Amino acid sequence: MNPDTKQELDDILSQHEIERGELIPILQAAQERFGYLPEEVIAKIAKFLQLPPSAVYGVSTFYAQFKFTPTGKKMIKVCRGTACHVRGASRILQELEKELGIKPGETTEDLEYSLETIACFGSCALAPVIVVDKTVYGRMTPKKVGQILAGNE
Amino acid sequence: MIVTFDEMRARSISEWEALEKSDKPSIFIGAATCGRAAGAMAVLEAISSALAHHHIEASITQVGCLGLCYAEPLVDIIKPGCPRIHYGNLTPELATQLIEDYLVKDNPRPDLALGTTGDGTVADIPKLFELPVLKSQMRIALRNCGLIDPENINHYIARDGYSGLVKALGMTPEAVIEEVKKSGLRGRGGAGFPTGMKWGFSRRSPSTVKYLICNADEGDPGAFMDRSLLEGDPHAVLEGILIGAYAIGATDGYIYIRAEYPLAIDRLRVALRQITDYELLGDNILGSNFSFHIKIKEGAGAFVCGEETAMMASIEGKRGMPRSRPPFPANSGLWGKPTNINNVETWANVSAILQRSAEWYASYGTEKSKGTKTFALAGKINRTGLIEVPMGISLREIIYGIGGGIPDGKRLKAIQTGGPSGGCLPESMLELPVDYESLTQAGSIMGSGGMIVLDEDNCIVDTARYFLSFTQAESCGKCVPCRLGTKQMLSILEDITNGKGELEDLDLLLKLAESVKAGSLCALGGTTPNPILTTIRYFRDEYEEHITKKRCRAVICTELTNFYILPDKCQGCLICLRSCPTGAISGDKRMVHVIDQSKCIKCGACLDVCPPRFNAIVKVSGEKIETPAEPVPVMTSKPSGKATTNE
Repeated sequence: MNPDTKQELDDILSQHEIERGELIPILQAAQERFGYLPEEVIAKIAKFLQLPPSAVYGVSTFYAQFKFTPTGKKMIKVCRGTACHVRGASRILQELEKELGIKPGETTEDLEYSLETIACFGSCALAPVIVVDKTVYGRMTPKKVGQILAGNE
Repeated sequence: MIVTFDEMRARSISEWEALEKSDKPSIFIGAATCGRAAGAMAVLEAISSALAHHHIEASITQVGCLGLCYAEPLVDIIKPGCPRIHYGNLTPELATQLIEDYLVKDNPRPDLALGTTGDGTVADIPKLFELPVLKSQMRIALRNCGLIDPENINHYIARDGYSGLVKALGMTPEAVIEEVKKSGLRGRGGAGFPTGMKWGFSRRSPSTVKYLICNADEGDPGAFMDRSLLEGDPHAVLEGILIGAYAIGATDGYIYIRAEYPLAIDRLRVALRQITDYELLGDNILGSNFSFHIKIKEGAGAFVCGEETAMMASIEGKRGMPRSRPPFPANSGLWGKPTNINNVETWANVSAILQRSAEWYASYGTEKSKGTKTFALAGKINRTGLIEVPMGISLREIIYGIGGGIPDGKRLKAIQTGGPSGGCLPESMLELPVDYESLTQAGSIMGSGGMIVLDEDNCIVDTARYFLSFTQAESCGKCVPCRLGTKQMLSILEDITNGKGELEDLDLLLKLAESVKAGSLCALGGTTPNPILTTIRYFRDEYEEHITKKRCRAVICTELTNFYILPDKCQGCLICLRSCPTGAISGDKRMVHVIDQSKCIKCGACLDVCPPRFNAIVKVSGEKIETPAEPVPVMTSKPSGKATTNE
């Protein structure tokens, strides 16, 4: 583990108690910091909480939030909620897949974009919705996909 | 204690009145997630610069969601001596103009206004709560949403906030539980278990440590009631939690909230800091013997964690898998201690009940379903929004009265309630009263409050497939009937939507549905078949049409649709040809283009780009349209539109 990663992880761990209940918050903080959960980070978290690494893997792979490979600089999430579905979310997703050349769960080779689908953002009144990093774009059309990507470059 | 609650309240009321009855204009802007996505922040900036430009001194307050999502972004203006005027559908340009027209020239712009609230009237602007969209609503849980600053506790206190807690602290815990029982309140998370009774179990459970959990893991796709409530009025929820904690004797509480709701989490954090400062949270609350602490736990993206035993496993740092009951959480829950879980909306109702009275609350609703219910109204409906209605209201009143009917003159096909655990009700059930029992009897459920309207352009089989693909992915895998049953049901539905279904599949689906229902531990598995059962019950003909005629009447199921270029309309402009990602379109300049059906992946790119003045591309299902085999010069072909069906 490089010294920076170690230092940053130590900082995160120092803010948590050695308790099983802290596992998910620690994983969340580590992913927030590193963008994903590298193997060495998982090993160190397991050691800190005095758990076998398998238990930490068991938990982290259960939840959709956790990633085990690096993600792109920009995260594009397409809402697949019911309202979005009935208002054409699959067309929006298709357009993004075409534009970026990746499928949900994948990252572009240049590590610029990651694409994901999300069960529901709860912005149903503005369906269909996509979220780029933390910005919500409502009333999406396939045409607006290109505009948003262009504006983001 | 530094100040008494009465002093706190007096101070809050004068702060609120200063805002409402100020000698300067007060401006409010809806800045919940929806409002922001619709452009509220740009409108806010425009208003700030317009105020600066005209040298107008005014206060700007960011408020939550009033529920009129169709009209976002929303801005309210109170001019000294005038009622609050609510404006909708503002753009930065319109907002700039509005500031000049109303605040400089005294023209209230009735053309931009939705309505007024408060005393007095403004010519040509209706009263907001007399509009069809609000007339039949009754806002109890949402009483402050969109009206107050959710980040200012004084606004909440000024509007009776925390007076329910003060009242509860003056009663015995048993009397508080009795009051909640008398109100008839039932769990708003979906199952509808009587809240007071649930509290009684935890109260009677002997233990010095007891936990309380607020379920804010609003996982149903198509539901956003809890998000709006937490973003618009977090204190209403927190006050309810405190009252509940006092009643059952809980020592520590958790709010389990989805990570997908960052703004709601922020607002909760702010609110928690405020009540700690005001000594409404912590040790010896308001000088009493009652002490309570609250922690926020962020969910990590697992739908099943909305189930109470799974949620407790997740808080304990484990895989969020449900376990069998008994033991019930009231006896052995979080870390083996008695635990009480209620949902966000339930808590917001609790605070209202204690602020007013059980009798007042019970005066709304039906005999068995008391009070009100919030719904997230979305899909194919004119006025999408967050609504709160008295129980017992008809679906028709919600869809046509409040929601304003279906857009573009389309026909209503179905109303989906209860998300993936609920069902699709047909148009013929519009008179159905919305209460726990009636919805269950109809095969759906009340659920947490998602209500999605489907029109004739939505395919019912595709909708069932959509829900199954969701629950199949979210099944935690513990119970075999759910893990494998959802997979099998999904592949049957996929076969049907892909034109590979057989009539026997429908009976097989029904059988599987019964097995999954009977053989699953938790509500996810137990209710997963509902979307299938209701759609086969009410829309069997659509299933059969997919199977026997290979036709999707909504032209949604990709494998059953075809794109054709109408030879008499195509002008040979090459635009669609260039847009086709698979090179399925052949043609040349001034030659009628032809789609090679074997190469077409049915992406619809050609239909999107065909110039509207030509309108030469059609998407059909279950019929073939005669087109030339090869490109021919334009204008030489016979009139098209001759269609043959698959029958």
